Amino acid sequence: MPKAELLDPQGKAVGGALARLGQSQFTNVRLGKRFELTVDGPIDAAVLAEVAKLADEILSNSVIEDVVGIHVVAEADDASQASA
Amino acid sequence: MRIGVVTFPGSLDDRDAQRAVRLAGAEAVALWHGTHDLEGVDAIVLPGGFSYGDYLRCGAIASHSPIMAEVIQAAERGVPVLGICNGFQMLTEAHLLPGGLIRNDHGNFICRDQGLRVENNSTAWTNGFAANAEITIPLKNGEGGFIASAETIAELEGEGRVVVRYLGMNPNGSINDIAGISNARGNVVGLMPHPEHAVEEGFGPDTASAMRSGTDGLTFFTSALTGFLATV
Repeated sequence: MPKAELLDPQGKAVGGALARLGQSQFTNVRLGKRFELTVDGPIDAAVLAEVAKLADEILSNSVIEDVVGIHVVAEADDASQASA
Repeated sequence: MRIGVVTFPGSLDDRDAQRAVRLAGAEAVALWHGTHDLEGVDAIVLPGGFSYGDYLRCGAIASHSPIMAEVIQAAERGVPVLGICNGFQMLTEAHLLPGGLIRNDHGNFICRDQGLRVENNSTAWTNGFAANAEITIPLKNGEGGFIASAETIAELEGEGRVVVRYLGMNPNGSINDIAGISNARGNVVGLMPHPEHAVEEGFGPDTASAMRSGTDGLTFFTSALTGFLATV
């Protein structure tokens, strides 16, 4: 997600559109990214540690963004997901 | 002097940058992002454009290109490196320059002839300007808002590392109207405006004397040449 203290023009534009559609109860909209990473085999601590490292070093830029969560989701295929 | 211009997938202004290098009197060397070969160049330009479609973040994927490993090493040795627009974004993503660039505060792409003040004329790319020279060169970007932590801004301002500052208006929400910065050594400079588009009469910004006659950008490239010649 963009850092809370930074202006998020994309979120602001979406918020403006919602207000024009009559959805004025939302006082703020912020917009981030979600990455879905898929691995073959089990998701163990080593995989999660690697994902955390990638999330910090490549998938996000800590100057402008925060990693807000890393979750394992069991779907048809096992997938490890990181949101930035 | 041989100045390399790196072409990435999605670079737009690489040819203009090569032309600016030639007009400045140096030899332009086309470099390719996918190699590890700087071909022995004496300085490097990372040009503008939309490398990798601005996917992930502007400049982020390009900053991990094979040739960037060599660019980073060269920069650390003191080789002059100029990042223009997308090139500036790459330099921040590669941690050669501090801070980051985010979407313009007004949400729109902006394209205009932009007034700037050159506040540091001792860098490898600005030594040919008079102190506090006021210049006009094109600016064109969607994500040009320079941001950094308060400590980093204080450091940049305190050390005179704000190289160019927007004049007259702030086109994108950059903190302190910052248009371009340098590293501590002054060999690495990044800026959002495009000096390579103001290097030849007939194709530059309008000036008081004639339409499209502005060539203020050329001095960035002649500065690199002057600095190089002083060392040989």
